[in-house]
Amino acid sequence: MSYFRAENLSLHFGGLKAVDAVSFAVEKGEILSIIGPNGAGKSSIFNLISRIYRPTSGRIFFEDQDITEEPPYDIARLGIARTFQNIELFENATVLSNLLVGRHRHSSTQLWQELLFLPSVRAGEKVHRRRVEQVIEFLDLEPYRDKLISGLPYGVRKVIELARALCSEPKLILLDEPSSGLNVEETDDMSFWIRDLKNELGVTVLMVEHDMTLVNRVSDRVIALNYGRVLVMGSPTEVQQHPDVVAAYLGA
Amino acid sequence: MRFLFKTDYEDDIRLFPHSGYVASYGLLLAVLLIAPYVLSSYLMSQLVFVCIYATVGVALMILTGFTGQASLGHAAFLAIGAYTAAYLQKYNVPFPVYFLAAGVLTGCIGALVGFPALRLQGIYLVIATISFAFIVEEILARWESVTNGNEGLRVKAVSLLGVTVSRDSPTFYFLCLAVLVLTIVGTLNLLRSPTGRAFVAIRDSETAARSMGVNVALYKVKSFAISAAITGFAGVLFAHKLSFISPEMFTLQLSIEFIMVILIGGTFSLHGAVLGAIFIVMIDPFLTYLKDDMPGIIAGIAATFGAGTATAANIQSKVAAFASLNGLKGAIYGIIIMLFVLFEPLGIYGRWLKIKLFFQLFPLYKRATFKRQKIYVKSERNR
Repeated sequence: MSYFRAENLSLHFGGLKAVDAVSFAVEKGEILSIIGPNGAGKSSIFNLISRIYRPTSGRIFFEDQDITEEPPYDIARLGIARTFQNIELFENATVLSNLLVGRHRHSSTQLWQELLFLPSVRAGEKVHRRRVEQVIEFLDLEPYRDKLISGLPYGVRKVIELARALCSEPKLILLDEPSSGLNVEETDDMSFWIRDLKNELGVTVLMVEHDMTLVNRVSDRVIALNYGRVLVMGSPTEVQQHPDVVAAYLGA
Repeated sequence: MRFLFKTDYEDDIRLFPHSGYVASYGLLLAVLLIAPYVLSSYLMSQLVFVCIYATVGVALMILTGFTGQASLGHAAFLAIGAYTAAYLQKYNVPFPVYFLAAGVLTGCIGALVGFPALRLQGIYLVIATISFAFIVEEILARWESVTNGNEGLRVKAVSLLGVTVSRDSPTFYFLCLAVLVLTIVGTLNLLRSPTGRAFVAIRDSETAARSMGVNVALYKVKSFAISAAITGFAGVLFAHKLSFISPEMFTLQLSIEFIMVILIGGTFSLHGAVLGAIFIVMIDPFLTYLKDDMPGIIAGIAATFGAGTATAANIQSKVAAFASLNGLKGAIYGIIIMLFVLFEPLGIYGRWLKIKLFFQLFPLYKRATFKRQKIYVKSERNR
């Protein structure tokens, strides 16, 4: 049984088939990239997994559990974290509190305990703070701890999104175009971090990406999509050289 | 200039970041504690209203400032708190019991209002909360067996531990102050724990909050309930302070005043709620003063510029007529809100931060530090 599995996943908006009977599996500890031209349905698949959209048909399994009907907030609880293509950070909060929201799934304190800030809450906060600090160190975010998001440049925000996802200590992380809007140097850093995610933290990565250099550098396997359907699945070079993929990108 | 070296995670958690805070808040508390023995009884009465308005301001700040759910229905929550107290008092329920009961009941009703609010955003939520306020106002007027309708209810003085606390006594002021301080401390505790951060997350991006495991619906309802409960507590004090309550005290005008408290004080900060409350409570006597004295002053100015006695008297009566126009107060409130939104969106507290920074950085302060900038990286998708 695969670690994560999508079976015949479909998402139709009226007559438009954004995702059309897509099936794929992610093995534990691998980095799987989804590529495809604009509008191929890549981000829609992510939105289906994180339950922003409800699939028209098909099922999603994670660790042999059917998660198709889980409410969106329970997806994170199960250990699936995600980042967004167009940064969805909490703008008017500090970096630290953004990252602490990432810890939400690990908090177990009750409202009345928090109102009184009982020792149990304080202890919990310290644990959260320590975990957040580890992520900050991992992603070199030390200079920004107490800065407001609204004052930070795009490249840093992108890293903070990754950091927030990591703070939830996910088993599977969904990266939606981690390199979009980054310069060459930042993309380089990102590719090292993505490898480290897998090698050091043992997180399984499912990634949507346009930058083929990054895809080649980090991916174990690649899925190519077009018009909501899977074209090819295989190693990065296999997929890139496949005639259907070339046709989809360049036109036949 | 002070630079904070953090050496422990505790430094990020504690309420007072450094000793300077302890000293200044300690001083403020000391001043507030000796106030009743120094200030005139009129100012003391205003100070009690500041405490009550600030408590409601903090409640509204939790809902609107931190969770991002606008409400124009807080006068209704205040009314529910006030009427619960007045009704239970008739049956000789002791003060602590009906005080708590008012908060709990208002909190439950707040949660009920929160449920339909789950599907509404922005202006639609405002409309929904206004409708709720109208419904409550109407019920207060019609449910005569409980509320005594438009004739209103008398509220007897607080009786605490067998002692009667008159509404003008220092003890009543200390009671209001204690409720305010406890509310602020509780809110600060909430804001530094997971629930508070979930509120802020919902305000800034519901999608991201959801994907981080925040049950958005649950936390919105929680926010409504907490906000309503605090307003209910404030309602009890409000009823006691006025000693008489009737439905026409809890109108839309009052809800707008509460919104003004947080808009003028400064959204996103508890300081703002308190500063806004001071502003709103003090603007009323100020406007009355203008209304009473302005006509005479203007006539005097006209006379010094050579206007005849008849003309001056004419001007005086015209200005007086204008000053006592119906709805002028509402118009002035509207203009104040507009000016704040346009020129100081962060409110009085934002202005205070700028002044503070000016002195901290003197003489290096640059105006551009606070220049508002448009930033174009926020996504509007997935809303």
